[in-house]
Amino acid sequence: MPRLALDMPVIEVTELRKLYGRTEALAGLSMTVNRGEVFGFLGPNGAGKTTTVKLLLGLARPTGGSGKVLGAPLGDLATRRQVGYLPELFRYQPWLKAREVLTLHGELLRMPRRERGPSADRILELVGLSDRAGDLVGRFSKGMQQRLGLGVALMGNPALVILDEPTSALDPIGRVDVRAIIKAARDRGAGVFLNSHLLSEVEQVCDRVAIVDHGRVVASGTLDDVLGQAETQVHVTGIASADLAAFESFGPPSLDGDRLSIRPMDPARVPELVALIVGMGGRIHEVRSGRSSLEQRFVELVARDRSMAGTPGAAGERS
Amino acid sequence: MITIARLTIGEAARRKVLWVLVGLSLLSVALVTWGVDRLVSLIREQGEAELQVKIVVSQILIFIAFMFTFVLAMTAAFLGSPAIATDLESGIAQAMLARPLRRSSYLLGRWLGLSIVIAGYAILSGLLAIEAAAFVSGYTPPNLVLPIGYLAYQAIVLMTLALAISTRLSPIAGGAICVVAYGLAWMSGVLGDIGTALHAGGVSLIGDIGRVVLPTDGLWRGVVYGLEPSIVISQLGGSEAAQANPFFASQPPSQAFLAWAVVWLALVLLVAVNQLRRREL
Repeated sequence: MPRLALDMPVIEVTELRKLYGRTEALAGLSMTVNRGEVFGFLGPNGAGKTTTVKLLLGLARPTGGSGKVLGAPLGDLATRRQVGYLPELFRYQPWLKAREVLTLHGELLRMPRRERGPSADRILELVGLSDRAGDLVGRFSKGMQQRLGLGVALMGNPALVILDEPTSALDPIGRVDVRAIIKAARDRGAGVFLNSHLLSEVEQVCDRVAIVDHGRVVASGTLDDVLGQAETQVHVTGIASADLAAFESFGPPSLDGDRLSIRPMDPARVPELVALIVGMGGRIHEVRSGRSSLEQRFVELVARDRSMAGTPGAAGERS
Repeated sequence: MITIARLTIGEAARRKVLWVLVGLSLLSVALVTWGVDRLVSLIREQGEAELQVKIVVSQILIFIAFMFTFVLAMTAAFLGSPAIATDLESGIAQAMLARPLRRSSYLLGRWLGLSIVIAGYAILSGLLAIEAAAFVSGYTPPNLVLPIGYLAYQAIVLMTLALAISTRLSPIAGGAICVVAYGLAWMSGVLGDIGTALHAGGVSLIGDIGRVVLPTDGLWRGVVYGLEPSIVISQLGGSEAAQANPFFASQPPSQAFLAWAVVWLALVLLVAVNQLRRREL
């Protein structure tokens, strides 16, 4: 496995394509994930998210394009020692005890025998399963199995952690715990690739995101890049188009019926704007300021992508 | 590979498969011992010669071995057929194959672990049954290693076929195919022997083809040959009627056949590894 330079991306894929029969699961996906960042990978069902994860892990082969994980070609065996993975369909040997699952993965990672036990104990503590270390996995709830899966993904301090819907079975407390664990992994320098439907979760934990639809990235960047700048909307009467010039000092204004929009606009200047409108004789019914939520932006982007593609449904049956 | 083999044996033990097999073996050995003891007592009470005792005990052992091979075939098919398919369906395999573990190592590890379990079962049950029969009757087959070796190898052959099918098909489909294939191979062997006895070249060819496609019947003949007293072989060896009897073998499996049985196993494993390598997970 090539030595990983600090500035080398943990994931770098270019024009990655994947066909399942005639179904195009990925249609030229390009993205880069760096060390020490949490990268959110979002998309509707069938967008190609899980296919991407499988290609990154070497569980499936790309039809076209190229990619590197930790500087090595996709599917490189030795590189997998540095990659932790929590599958969407998390299942571990039900007849093994939780600690045994972790030591098994330590063995598969070729960790020295003497390190496996202590490492498993540390991980069990981290994911909150210390008191269930000796219990059979088959008796675990789904949430506990997902915590164990997260632990499996963190065995051996991987440089890249790929998490496919890591909180789908967790309660709110579990989700908070997982966010803390993800941030801790990032803080020790790992790249975290987070595939999630929970947009609020992505918003809270991710440094950069990519929104994927029809097997390609439709938007990517920091949350600020993707969500756009803050906007102020005022439901107002008594203001006409001719008055718009008065608001230009706040930002580019527009008036649609009785809805005045200024984008971008610094939310700190809202009281000043309200005072100006009132001074001009306008009657304010409602003021909204801020940027779109990730969910709003996600829906906008996917809807726009689909109207451009001219297809109402998902790209294919596979996700 | 060794990690996966150990995991597979551990799974058989934890899932109580091993203990159920050991329990069933002990039960069947107890029944064999009781049955042989009763029959031998009856024969001796009637004043028959010890030679007659030998022949009867050897025939009982062959019948029991026949029934046992069927049980063994079912066990091998149902251990092998879910081995890969269930792991893939549940996602357990994907979690492991995302590690630095070659698909070939995973498959060969599963195969090695299951081979140890199924061969261990065959050897333990076979040895116990033969020794128990020897204890109550005084008859021990001329060579213990060969019949038990053929028995174990036959089970490994069928388990390997089930494992190979399991890389592509569901456990139920794999199990059903293996049991049917085992039955067809046995029937083709019987037909082939009848054809040989009747000098019907076309029919005898069916047996040869069957043994090439699935070598279980040829190995079964090795079990039969190994359990027979040498006097039975020398007296019945030339008889055409005996040649058509599926519970009699006048000669051991040929070296060429045994070599083919080894090559067959290697080829099936190779196909299985190739299938798993090419499969999108």
